[in-house]
Amino acid sequence: MNETPHLSPREIIDLYKTEFGAGILDARITERGEGTKKTKSHDIWLRVERALLRPAIKKLIEIRFPHFAVIAGNDLGEEIELLYIFSVFYGTKFGEYMVTIGVKLPKTDLTVPTITDLIPGALLSEREKQEFFGITVTDIPDGRRLFLPDDFPQGVYPWRKDDTGIKPEMVRELWTIGRPKDRPVPPVPEKKPVPEEPVVKGEEKTSGGAAE
Amino acid sequence: MNGGTEKKSIPYTVPIGPVHPALKEPVMFTFQMEGEVVRSVDFAPGNTHRGIEWMGMRRNPVQIVHLTDRICGICGIVHSLSFARAVEQIAEIEVPPRADYIRTIMHEFERIQSHLLWAGVAAHELGFDSLFYLAWRVREQSMDLIENITGNRVNYAIVQIGGVRRDISDDQRPLIERGLAYYRGLLDQMKNVFLNDSTIRMRCRDHGLLSYRDAQLLCAIGPTARASGVSMDVRHDYPYCAYGDLDVRPVLPPAEFGGPKGDVYDRIIVRLLEIAQSIDIIRQCLDNLPAGEILWEKKLPKLLLTLKKVQGEAIGRVEAPRGECMHYVRMDGNDAPATWKVKASSYSNLMSWIPMLKGEQLADVPIIVASIDPCMSCTDRVSVIRNGGSPDYLTKEELTRLSHEKTRRLIQCR
Repeated sequence: MNETPHLSPREIIDLYKTEFGAGILDARITERGEGTKKTKSHDIWLRVERALLRPAIKKLIEIRFPHFAVIAGNDLGEEIELLYIFSVFYGTKFGEYMVTIGVKLPKTDLTVPTITDLIPGALLSEREKQEFFGITVTDIPDGRRLFLPDDFPQGVYPWRKDDTGIKPEMVRELWTIGRPKDRPVPPVPEKKPVPEEPVVKGEEKTSGGAAE
Repeated sequence: MNGGTEKKSIPYTVPIGPVHPALKEPVMFTFQMEGEVVRSVDFAPGNTHRGIEWMGMRRNPVQIVHLTDRICGICGIVHSLSFARAVEQIAEIEVPPRADYIRTIMHEFERIQSHLLWAGVAAHELGFDSLFYLAWRVREQSMDLIENITGNRVNYAIVQIGGVRRDISDDQRPLIERGLAYYRGLLDQMKNVFLNDSTIRMRCRDHGLLSYRDAQLLCAIGPTARASGVSMDVRHDYPYCAYGDLDVRPVLPPAEFGGPKGDVYDRIIVRLLEIAQSIDIIRQCLDNLPAGEILWEKKLPKLLLTLKKVQGEAIGRVEAPRGECMHYVRMDGNDAPATWKVKASSYSNLMSWIPMLKGEQLADVPIIVASIDPCMSCTDRVSVIRNGGSPDYLTKEELTRLSHEKTRRLIQCR
């Protein structure tokens, strides 16, 4: 591993801009200070062209081998945005940054190359994105489902906000089902449901509950 | 699996799991065995995936804070803290310093109780049950203090967006002081029992090895990574809460015990030393506890109204007892967040099992699986399916018995 010295967040963004130019669609730094001294922590957010996902991650590995945290995803309507969340420069006192590399995929073509050849530990997260967003990760070494059970319907992707998401009939509200009938009687008798409940709206003020 | 017609052949397939009572996601293991030796490992989590993120994306942030308490029974504060920190960054909420310090104190008490819980489980997996009882007895002190501070033993519900829900009063301080003194007095004894015991060393030294490179490539975190020599600790690397004011160093296995080897033994050392570190951090936080408010906004409707308007995305990140815990939140001006992604610590550590378990014996599986601290005892139910045979079910007790027998064998060989 050729290791570059510790860089500031701005220098990392500059490195990316010189290397990829207009391929970097958006780059920003957020800061946060807490406690009494308000020591700052830094997050770097990069939005890159779809084709630059792997080159951008390779660039990060070149800077310093990052810790891969997770792939997060946003359903933006026509597109799904994948955010590869890393941290670099761990081990330096207050010098670690989160680096988030985001790519947008149109829903007509939801494929993304695997990064498990660069970072094998990303496998679980890629498998998770396949089943929860309906994304195809090309060349993934192990494409099985991860968290969803085998009898979960095909073509339903829980984190999508369109018609492929969880359907209303799949959701069972606990309060409509009630207690299972084949269990011992609870030590305290159950409360009777209040009949007026469905009338309550957000705007109307009802007494009770907010006594504190 | 084929009704007993096919011949049994090496390697045998040994599935273990899937129910493990305390992991967020119970894990089903499938081992390819060659005699007693594990040749390859496969695992499948997700047997109790509850869709908490899906539920959260239909609730408001204050409701989610209380939902996050229920992600894990042991990591009671890390998830709510991560989520609250993410939302606070989006809404640019300034948390009062006193609240940051109280969060830190709770965070460290949680580490103490979690590491002691783990130490007990590890001792039990090895068949050292008196040590298991001792560790869990000692753990009660931190549980009592947690209950005293938050009102609950688990599901603390102390974090609120913009601060904490309960203050530490002057009356509580002597209690906390007494608790810290108790642990300080006990630590040397605990270290002596765990680290100078030849049986523990025989069972743990050079077992479940995870190399520095593998820890990096497989994204290991927390004590698992640190035991392999990866200097990585969110509290040291990335300031949050009161850690920006403190000097917290990542605990690596010291050279006096043979340096970082990345085995089970090193993971024990790291966790024991971290208990001492946590006591120090709580002491420093108590001494420098700033005065002032504990909440950014006491009135929940006002807080919710603010959160309803904000837009943006942020990452909340903390060092949980098991390693980095991270929440990604994106708000788009609605009641509920548009995206909420939880990355629990075990999520990153699971992949490390594959190199750790390769080449080990079946009797070593419990302690190695437990060594990354997947919350509680590793294996609940084991079913052994010989190729072609009908499944024989091994219970957790039988697997634990295998492990205990190995300990006894080793003691006799001494």
